[in-house]
Amino acid sequence: MSDATLTPPADTAETRTIAFRGGGFAPRSQRWVGVAVFVVLILIAEWGTRAGWISALTLPRPSDVLKTFGELYSSGQLFKHLLPSLSRLAVGAAIGASVGVSVGILIGLFSYVRSGLVPLVAALFPIPKIALLPLFVIWFGIGEGSKYALIAFGTFTPTVVATYGAVDNVDRTLIRMGQSFGLSWFSIVRKIVLPGAMPGILSGLRISLAIAIILLVAAEMLGAEYGIGAYILQAGSLYDLERLFAGVVILSLLGVLVSAVIGAIERRVLGWRS
Amino acid sequence: MDIRLEAIRHSYKDFEVLQDITLDIPAGRIVCIVGPSGCGKSTLLRLIGGLERPGGGRVLQVGAPPENCLNPLTYVFQDFALLPWRSVRGNISLVLEDHRIRGREARRIIDDVLARTKLTDFADALPKQLSGGMKQRVAIARALAVNPAVMLMDEPLSALDSQTRELLMDDLVSLWTRQPFTAVYVTHNLHEAVRLGHSIVVLSRRPGRIREIVEIDTPLEERQMGDADLDQKQKYLWQLMRDEARAADAELLNV
Repeated sequence: MSDATLTPPADTAETRTIAFRGGGFAPRSQRWVGVAVFVVLILIAEWGTRAGWISALTLPRPSDVLKTFGELYSSGQLFKHLLPSLSRLAVGAAIGASVGVSVGILIGLFSYVRSGLVPLVAALFPIPKIALLPLFVIWFGIGEGSKYALIAFGTFTPTVVATYGAVDNVDRTLIRMGQSFGLSWFSIVRKIVLPGAMPGILSGLRISLAIAIILLVAAEMLGAEYGIGAYILQAGSLYDLERLFAGVVILSLLGVLVSAVIGAIERRVLGWRS
Repeated sequence: MDIRLEAIRHSYKDFEVLQDITLDIPAGRIVCIVGPSGCGKSTLLRLIGGLERPGGGRVLQVGAPPENCLNPLTYVFQDFALLPWRSVRGNISLVLEDHRIRGREARRIIDDVLARTKLTDFADALPKQLSGGMKQRVAIARALAVNPAVMLMDEPLSALDSQTRELLMDDLVSLWTRQPFTAVYVTHNLHEAVRLGHSIVVLSRRPGRIREIVEIDTPLEERQMGDADLDQKQKYLWQLMRDEARAADAELLNV
């Protein structure tokens, strides 16, 4: 520590480097770690089921799930199930999200709409939408209508809450600026409020679309012959774990895909954020 | 076009912030408003531009704004108020779009104000890429684009470091000498006030009243750093304000 040839000899006090203590609390995403976690978990499951310390009743062997998935694909059944599900998801989520964003913006802008609808939305939010499926079947029929309605309703409430929160968070000084330059009300909403609320709306959409995928299975509980949800429910009632898991994997992949799409939109639309 | 304030009063709930402000803002001059913090100087500016309604009295516009003026009373804000999702060009075009100025005409105006504020090379940059001084230049360019009759500047340099502040003051002076504009300039910085103001209105502590109006006759372009006369004026202003500022500082904030 005290090297007499390097440190000035002025005083003999002990010198040492100040220890660094400012690290951590700044998580960054490490791309491959996520993949590694999946791979390790799957390998453990594979090893356990082969070695026998995980019984076949508890968890299907990942390689068997993959085989089932391969059969599903080669028999052409995959798209027979996937396409109706995707169209239900797309139509239902599109209706729910677009109505949700519009209502959210109205709540964010008008006092009367806010006072009238915020309690209503709060009352609708905690209702398990699955419980309303029989009602939707009566209202919209056993066909696609009730499925769209269930998914739309499920995505609507979280989208509304996220949207009006986002509108509330738009920088008021920017709105004052718009007014001070004599911008019309419509211009202020379109050019200042909407883009300003976009980050919040998109992160709300992440949640609502995940909920839409959850509700997809519920929507296909009644009167659906084809669809990922129907496939999973069928496999579940036969206790066919390989098929059940194959279906679940598809839903997970769908979730990852949706999240990646929103991520790409965010990078494109929100490039201005520092 | 002149602005005339007649017996302006204003209060927030029971709190009186402004009392009996009567003031003339003649065309082609920069009127600085200084005062201790919380004296209502920013409120006064919001009243002048119609962003807030006065509790009493009237704000009058005397005479018509110039022919090609798009927005007679135009603000420059302390925090710049630039849209972060629009480029420099887009931020200026924002205030033209509502006046149906697009395409070639918009390009001409934008290029002109960018050149006047030395921003030509930054036309396509996003606000997050710019320094504070650059951002405020963009805000000034945006204000110039609508050809205002009166510029209402709310502590425009307060968010900047002192070197950038000096540079921007020089820029404002040269903008004014090339083409005199009318401005109400609110600041708590007396150095800015003596550098830019043709007249300096000193407000008292809350409730704000006009204590004194100090005139400075030295032309803007001749005001140099270290000018004895200006230093004298600045010292005088500080003497006017010191006790008030101290008392204002010690006040409890229950707004």
